[in-house]
Formats: sequence, structure tokens, C-alpha cells
Amino acid sequence: MSIQTGSAWVDGSGSRLAKYNFLSKVNWGRFGVIAVPSLWLGIFFFIPFLVVFKISLSETAIAVPPYTSLLEWDLEEAYLNLKLNLGNYLYLFEDTFYLDAYLSSIKIASVSTFFTLLVAFPIAYLIARSKPTTRALLLSLVILPFWTSFLLRVYAWMGFLKKNGLVNEFLLSIGVIDQPLTMLQTDFAVYIGIVYTYLPFMVLPLYSALEKMDMTLLEAAEDLGAKPATSFFLITIPMAIPGIIAGCVLVFIPAVGEFVIPALLGGSDTLMIGRVLWDEFFLNRDWPMASAVAIVMLVVLVLPIMLIRNGQGKEEAV
Amino acid sequence: MTSTPTIDQQSGAALVTSADATSLPLWKQDGAEPFLRIENITKNFGEFTAVDNISLDIYKNELFCLLGGSGSGKSTLLRMLAGFESPTSGRILIDGVDMAGIQPWKRPVNMMFQSYALFPHLSVEDNIAFGLKREGIDRSEVKQRVAQMLDMVQLGHLGKRKPHQLSGGQRQRVALARSLVKRPKLLLLDEPLGALDKKLREETQFELINIQEELGVTFVVVTHDQEEAMTLATRIGVMNHGVIVQTAEPHDVYEYPNSRFVAEFVGSVNLFEGKVIEDQPDSVRIKSKEAGSVLYVNHGISCAPNQKVSVALRPEKIKIGKRKPDQDENCIQGIIEEIAYMGSLSVYRVRLASGKEVRVTQPNMSRDMGERLTWNDPVYLSWTVDSSVVLTA
Repeated sequence: MSIQTGSAWVDGSGSRLAKYNFLSKVNWGRFGVIAVPSLWLGIFFFIPFLVVFKISLSETAIAVPPYTSLLEWDLEEAYLNLKLNLGNYLYLFEDTFYLDAYLSSIKIASVSTFFTLLVAFPIAYLIARSKPTTRALLLSLVILPFWTSFLLRVYAWMGFLKKNGLVNEFLLSIGVIDQPLTMLQTDFAVYIGIVYTYLPFMVLPLYSALEKMDMTLLEAAEDLGAKPATSFFLITIPMAIPGIIAGCVLVFIPAVGEFVIPALLGGSDTLMIGRVLWDEFFLNRDWPMASAVAIVMLVVLVLPIMLIRNGQGKEEAV
Repeated sequence: MTSTPTIDQQSGAALVTSADATSLPLWKQDGAEPFLRIENITKNFGEFTAVDNISLDIYKNELFCLLGGSGSGKSTLLRMLAGFESPTSGRILIDGVDMAGIQPWKRPVNMMFQSYALFPHLSVEDNIAFGLKREGIDRSEVKQRVAQMLDMVQLGHLGKRKPHQLSGGQRQRVALARSLVKRPKLLLLDEPLGALDKKLREETQFELINIQEELGVTFVVVTHDQEEAMTLATRIGVMNHGVIVQTAEPHDVYEYPNSRFVAEFVGSVNLFEGKVIEDQPDSVRIKSKEAGSVLYVNHGISCAPNQKVSVALRPEKIKIGKRKPDQDENCIQGIIEEIAYMGSLSVYRVRLASGKEVRVTQPNMSRDMGERLTWNDPVYLSWTVDSSVVLTA
């Protein structure tokens, strides 16, 4: 009898021990899963961000690297001086040039995001409605442009849009215009470049939202007296909203900081923050100023996105 | 409402005893005008014929059930009534109006979908109001009619909720309210109770019948569930391979199936193969090797002598006992192979000498069941002459 109770006791503690081990293993596993992306973000985003932030608080200097150190040893007095220069940030607000650049970038990004949405929606809708076999083909066509260099594709647009480019020659030949249009080096060309480049980023999330939609909802709407156009606005668009938000964020954020497209397709008066940043770094060699521009851009972009994401999270929690 | 005859929804055929023509259901009156007329409708999908030359008349205030398995064409027929599919050939007339070329949003028809198809981004109230708003009805009336429907389906307190916050039964009732709020002349219901659990389904069946009687709307219900069809329908159309094989009241479909398919699809049945040996105008004798006896049926059939036929016998119409009953015909012997006690009734599987298995159900009328039957008992199975049906198809 006593042996039995003894063994039962051992069993009990044994299983408790096993449970404990199991739990701690799960926690390690979880930790590992989260640790990899966290480490990645830490090394390649957070630390560089801190470095840039540090530079933005320094002053320019004719040296290598071209900025002063924040910490200075005063050997005679045995002081460690921390010198933070907020002048760069103040200057950003003093000179309306920067404010204009931010506003202009946001305007260009918003307009092109809107047009990307307009172009992408029918494409995504068509793909989501097509047969599963053709669907795979159409989706791969959407991604196909990524197989060639982005720079090459923007250069190709220069060939299309220039004075004696394909578009002008075609319009002249069919007699719609007498004089070639100036399209290259205008905001128009920048819009075209952004819409073209970022189209897949809009199509894919839209597609995934529309593909999930239950088609009988449209039949139900028609059955209740809604014409197809009405059911599109009352049913299809609300159903696609998660895709619309995701697509717009994916297009808008990189478009605000876009440098290559305005540099190649835009004119000298196309003011975008990406170009300002480039000029500060490489023409003026004012690294602290450039860093301040970058930090403010991050804040301008990240804050609204976080608000949107918070809103979405609340919606899903309901 | 007053000019139309009263139809007992639950028993259907039971009322057809009076000679007074006005108490007859419409489909039994000569020259009654059908409310929905389906004329030689065919629907092909490429090579496949989903609906094959169906003609059917459905009358006002009917609750007509299209009963069939998957792929029988019942849903396609329903979708053609709603206007989501157009027939390859044939005509559909609703209240005398040809529906050809009339878009779904212009038809005097509403549909309750199998998946309910509630709009997930709209509240219960807005779901129900959707159809009314499309008609341009003014706000106060929309509000009042929505409230009225919500009360009818007993969901008055849940109007502000979104569909995903409701239970399955509640969603079903929202779908019903949404499809009825426009007061359609014809309501189409695609497996209306399919997604509900058994108990809820039984409750909802009677609710559905009450609502249908109260509103005087003609219902066409598609279902694969024969029990559902039996309790709901005034008449049932049994479908198979795109064809309606039998149209009759629930009682007649069950008691007088016109083919082996109907007999086997609706309820369970024992079928004995045999040859006609005596063909009288009002009775038939059939010799069946499977049954190991001569089967006598007291209704005439049109058949050739020596024709092969099947005799259909419902399990509950068979008496089972250890003592030999006082009859020579319609009495066969076997051994109990399996017993399933199901509370209200017991199911016996009896093996005959020919190897044929016969299913017998008996109500458990008393607790101790009199002479208790058990496995491997030799038993006699017997039935009266009016219990079985001869099937030639």
C-alpha cells in the first residue's frame, strides 16, 4: 500500500515536472519566433534610426564624417559636455522651403495614390472574378514588371513621354495634336511614374479583399432591388475597404519619400522631400540637416499610419 | 385572403374530404388560375442539362417544396425564378406576367439564401431596410416597417447588432425578415433551415408556416431534407436529374410514391422484386422470390402479365411477432439480425431465407414491450393488403 502511494506521488510530481518543462519550452519557442524579426528590425531599422537621430542633433563640420560629435571631453576641467543642436529642426520650420517640400510630397503622393486606386480597382476586380485557372496567370502578369529593374522601367517611361517619344508621335500621327506635348519633366510625368510603379502594391491587397467576398451578397442586393451600380457602391466597395486601406498605405508611404521618379521624370520645379534629402546629403554635404529632414518625414508618415492601424484594431476587436 | 380557400398546411391532404369545391385546395380545382406557371423550362450549362423540360403550376398561398438531392436541378430552378439564371428555353409566368428579360431587381420576387447572405457591414436594421430604401420609400415608413418585421421574427431588441454578433438561428430570422419586408408576391427559400440544429429547425418550421399563413405569400422552398419538406409543404415536387418525378401532397408522396426513386428518397422503404401472376382491376398478386411468398396488393396497376415489378413497403407498416399470424398472404418469415432501440421506437433488421434484409420499425407502446424480441429470434412479418404499393418504374 505504502509503495503504491509512493509511486503515485512520484508519478504526480513527475507529470507536474513534465508540464512545467513543456510550458517553459513553449515560451522559449515563442520568444524565438518573435526574437528573429525583432532582432532584424533592431539591427537594420532601430539602430540606424538612432544614428540618424544622433546626427540630426549635431552640427556640420569640415571633417570626416562631416558633423561634430555630441560628446566632448573637456580635459582641463574634467567635464563631459553633451551638446545637442536643435537648430536643424528649428530651421526646418523657419524656412518655408522645407514645409513646401513636405506639403508638395504629400500632395503628389495623395493624388497618385488616388489614381493608383482608380486604375487598380478594375484590375483587381477582374482578377478576383476570373476563373481560378486564369487567375494565377493574371496575378503573375501583375507581378511580372518586378522581373526587370525598376530604374530601367522608369527610363523606359522617359522614352514614352519625351518630345519625340512614342506617345507624342502616336498622337501626332492620328492628328489629335499639331505640336508635341510637353509631358516629361512635369508633375504629370511624376504621377504616371508613381501610378505605374506602385500599381502591383495596390492590386494585390485589393485582389485579396475582393477574392474573399461572398458573391451571393451581390445577388442578395440585386434580389432586394439594387441595380448593379448601386450594389457596387453599397456592397462591393465596403467589402473591399480593408484592401483599399492596405493598398493606399503601401503606395502612399513610399511615394511620399520617392526620389528616383521625380528625379528622372519630374521637372526642376517638382518639389519632393526625397530630392531635398538627396540635395542636403550630397550637394550641400549638410548631414545633420538631411538627418533632421528624414526624422521629421518619418514622424509625419508614421503618426497617421499608427492612428489608422489603431482604428482598424479596434474595429476588428468589436 | 377571404376568397382563397383555407389550406391546412400541416396535414395538406387531410382536408380533401368535403365535396364543397371551395374547400378543395386550388391545385385540385379545375380551371384554377396558377400563380406561378413554369412552362417547359430547360437549362443547359454547356453539355450538362441541369433542368430538363419542367412544367409546373404553383398556386396562390401554396408552400411548395422542391425536394431533391444535390445536383437534381432544384437550386437552378429556384435561381431561374429569382432571375439569376435565364432559362435556355421555356417560360416563367408570375401572376400572369412573363418573366423573360426581367432583371432580378425588377421581379416581384424575393429570395432567402441558403447562406443567408446578410450584409456583414450593415446592422440588422440596415440589412432589413436595404430593400425598402432601394424603392425610395420615405424614412419614417422604412423605420416602421423594419420594426414591424423585427417584431414578427422576435428580434426587436437586436436591431443594432451586426450579423456576426448573432447566433445561427437569429441570422436565419434576419434573413427571413429581410426577404419578406418588401412584401413580395413570391418568396423563394433555398434550404431555409439547412444551417440550423435539429431542435431549432423543428421550432422554426412551424414559425415559418405561421408567417406564411399570416402574410399570405406564396412560398417556394428548395430542400434536400425530406422531413423538412413533409412538415412544411402543401405540395412536394420530388426532383431527380433535372426532372420533377412526382408532384403530390406530402401524404401522397409518402404513401403512394410513383417510382422506386421517390419511394427510396422519401423515408425508408423495403422493396421486393417480383413478377405479376394475377392482375385484377382492383388487386394484384405478385410472386416474389426475394420475399419467399406471394404478395397481395389491393390496388390495380396497369401492367403486362408476367411484368417485373417492385412492391414497396414502409418499415412501420410491418407487424413483427413470434407467433404465426392468421394470414397466408403478405406473411413472411425471417430471423432478427439487429435491433436498434431508439426510445420512441425500435428498429429491427430481419434477414429472410432468400438473404433479403427487411427493415421493420415498431413503436415502443409499453415499457416492457410484451413479448420481448431479441437477436436471432425467428419471427413472422405480416402486413395488411392496403399497406404496400406496387411500383412499375
